[in-house]
Amino acid sequence: MKPEKTLVALAGQPNCGKSTVFNALTGASQHVANYPGVTVEKMTGSYRRDGTKVEVVDLPGTYSLTSYSPEERVSRDFVLHENPSVVVNVVDASNLKRHLYLTFQLLEMQVPLIIDLNMMDVAERRGIAIDTRELGRLLGAAVVPTTMKAGRGKEELLEEINRISASDRNQTTVQVDYGPMEPLLREIQDRLSATAKVPGEYPLRWLAVKLMEGDSEARTLVERSFSNPEECLDLVDKMRTAFESGEGEMPERHIAFHRYRAADTISRSCIKPKEGTESPLSDKVDRFVCNRFLGPAILVGVIYLLYYLSIVQGYNLTNYTWPLLAKIRGLTEAITPSPGFIEIPLIRSFALWFVDSINALLNYIPIFFILFGLIAILEDSGYMPRMAFMLDRLFSRFGLHGQSTLPMVLGGIYVGGCAVPGVMACKGIPDERSRLATILIIPMLNCLAKVPLYILLINIYFAGQKGLAMFFISTISLLLVLPVAKLLTLTVLKKKPTAPFIMEMPPYHIPTIRGVLGRAVERVWLFVRKIITIVAAVAVVIFVLLQFPGLSNERMALYNDKKEAAISSFYKKIAEVPFAQDLQGERLMALVLYWDEYKNAKMTARGKEAVEAVNAEFEKKDPAFFRMVNPGKDKTAKKVNRAFKGLIKERQQLLREIKKEKIDASFLGRIGRAVEPVTRWAGFSWRVNVALLSAFAAKESSVATLGALYDQGETGNQSLEQRMAEGEAGFTPLHALALMLFMVLYPPCIATTIMVKVQSGSFKWMIFSMFYPMALGLAVAMAVFTGGKALGLTGFQAMFAFYGLALTATIGMGLIKNREDFS
Amino acid sequence: MTLDELGPGSTCRIKRLSARDKLGQRLLDMGVYPGTQLKVIRNAPFEDPMEVSMEGFFVSLRHEEARFVEVELR
Repeated sequence: MKPEKTLVALAGQPNCGKSTVFNALTGASQHVANYPGVTVEKMTGSYRRDGTKVEVVDLPGTYSLTSYSPEERVSRDFVLHENPSVVVNVVDASNLKRHLYLTFQLLEMQVPLIIDLNMMDVAERRGIAIDTRELGRLLGAAVVPTTMKAGRGKEELLEEINRISASDRNQTTVQVDYGPMEPLLREIQDRLSATAKVPGEYPLRWLAVKLMEGDSEARTLVERSFSNPEECLDLVDKMRTAFESGEGEMPERHIAFHRYRAADTISRSCIKPKEGTESPLSDKVDRFVCNRFLGPAILVGVIYLLYYLSIVQGYNLTNYTWPLLAKIRGLTEAITPSPGFIEIPLIRSFALWFVDSINALLNYIPIFFILFGLIAILEDSGYMPRMAFMLDRLFSRFGLHGQSTLPMVLGGIYVGGCAVPGVMACKGIPDERSRLATILIIPMLNCLAKVPLYILLINIYFAGQKGLAMFFISTISLLLVLPVAKLLTLTVLKKKPTAPFIMEMPPYHIPTIRGVLGRAVERVWLFVRKIITIVAAVAVVIFVLLQFPGLSNERMALYNDKKEAAISSFYKKIAEVPFAQDLQGERLMALVLYWDEYKNAKMTARGKEAVEAVNAEFEKKDPAFFRMVNPGKDKTAKKVNRAFKGLIKERQQLLREIKKEKIDASFLGRIGRAVEPVTRWAGFSWRVNVALLSAFAAKESSVATLGALYDQGETGNQSLEQRMAEGEAGFTPLHALALMLFMVLYPPCIATTIMVKVQSGSFKWMIFSMFYPMALGLAVAMAVFTGGKALGLTGFQAMFAFYGLALTATIGMGLIKNREDFS
Repeated sequence: MTLDELGPGSTCRIKRLSARDKLGQRLLDMGVYPGTQLKVIRNAPFEDPMEVSMEGFFVSLRHEEARFVEVELR
């Protein structure tokens, strides 16, 4: 009887074309999740055949199935505990011997196995001819030759999956002969079979081999599922010691040798000898790509292109997508209650705040889409390992890893990156200590959203040295990040496990459009799902903190009086204009809204024709209003228009004053004041504190909030630069420097924080990633401000001094050695 | 002599692995085991890591890791 649902697992070493097989089998129906408790991605997909749903799980690519890395543990546990109907072992036909090493480990686990001999085209090109029948006979498993890239062999593979999953599970497989270890394995096996709590739960020969290898997870398994585990484990320990002294070789090594020997025998007997061993094309390419001089130049070029295409061109693309988002905002404005003269309904300001917060992130989607597509190209082409190869020396000095390169580039190694994709890209770093260190430092790089604040401050306070100041702020983050990374690996991350660097340099591949687009879409979707929901929740919290408790009744009454005065003075001015006499009560408010709408419509209209269309539309809507908002040469209408403009200006000023007072009195404002005694040492006034606090939701907010806080509104046309310079009379370049440095080290935004949680797999590290930059940033800002003041330095001098210190710290930290793992 | 002492272009045969645990296992899994012929292809721009090839398979490793691979020149 065929089961209702078939579960198929794809296993294989990296670079065997496993994901191509996965895509070919499952098509578009794919789903990404995480395995419980680890940060390894679980790819699942499905297809239908003969009315049966077949679920396919793409296990992570691993060279082996030990318990040393989370990927290997996950793959192994899946095969062991999820009882897949078939395991398809994807093997690179052009590298048979090496890939059989994993095949033997799968065979030992006694699962129904199909060998998908993939990349046959590459093998043929290299003149390798494989006798697949003989291979199948020698392994005791079904062998299907495929070139999945071109879809060749897919039908045969589907058929074989169907056949094997329907057949009896007890297939006899060929096992590796471990020579002198065999009697020991049999003894352990006998012991295990006598003590198993659930007979047949685990393949005993496999377990015996793992125990002899000294595998820690296998030991845990024995402790859990077998009675009298101590006795058995004692026996194993004795056997391991005896074997090592008897054979002069560690048991795990003996086992690996025999696997390779068996792989060698098999590959020899089914591969016809090939002539000559010329170096493969990839190696010829690498003579340039990894060249001492050309290599780094190409690397810089690639990074520049990545930056240019995604950040610069992606940003241009947002010009086309922004109107869509603006429409959503417009719609929100239309369906929420309209504003009064000075009273904005709470529901309206909330809805707009909410939409603005979400839009700010949705606006990044074009950039992310291009970025994720380019990363997929880098990953699929095989360039990533070359990047890691070239820069490992540099980064490993600071406790990071060659593979930290891409995450750091994405995070904004110079100016303009984004921490979210940066943290996401940390997934591939195999060494846990370096991975966590990279995740923790990425938010300190210069993300795109920090730049507006830098530009604002540099324009006001370093106007004379703009170029130098910009260079300082762009490069200082790297000089802070490297020593901090080293410091973290020497302290809080000291005990974290490291992994050897050893890495395959796979042949170059030409990425497929499908693979690249698929990955880009999938990652953008992950971003939307994970981030937007949380940011929405936080937006609500910040809104409440900024809006409440609100203004007292007395203050509101005062503003009401001002409003009445403004309106009556307006009426006085237009008293002699007959056609304006119906502007009473609600009609006046209607005109205010009409005016706003008209101004907005004209702002978005491009070209003469569009403006004329807007005019026609508004004239049709209300001819009397139109005459007032667009008086042309009509003298009386001009008079009304002028008076009305004055009224609008007064209204805007009142609204701004109310908003500012509201923020001043808000919970966030109170917090800002409460921490002022501390932040004063860093030169931050409570207003700056409020701006920094609001930046936590998204860094862009810092400038927007400063805008609201410094809005004096006397003249209305002053830029924020001028207003800020006036509003903070005592603010010097030294203040600005401290503020910029704090911004460099500023805690990650909410979106990044969520990614830190996802990639570090721990709530603890998420919290840590929020607080240590705050402490560090405050310490640096205080040192610069208070120290600079004590030494009587100007902002510019302090900038130089700090740069020198950071450079010294970086070099000094690079000289300290990290704890070594292997001895 | 050990692998980290070799420069680009040298060929050798692997004699012994002196690493245990994680590094030892990882070397084995990548095909670094006694008897295998190995050729040093190049060093990275900053000298470390190094790239080697074994039977048409290319692997890069740090010199501090190569220290645990005993080899004999051919």
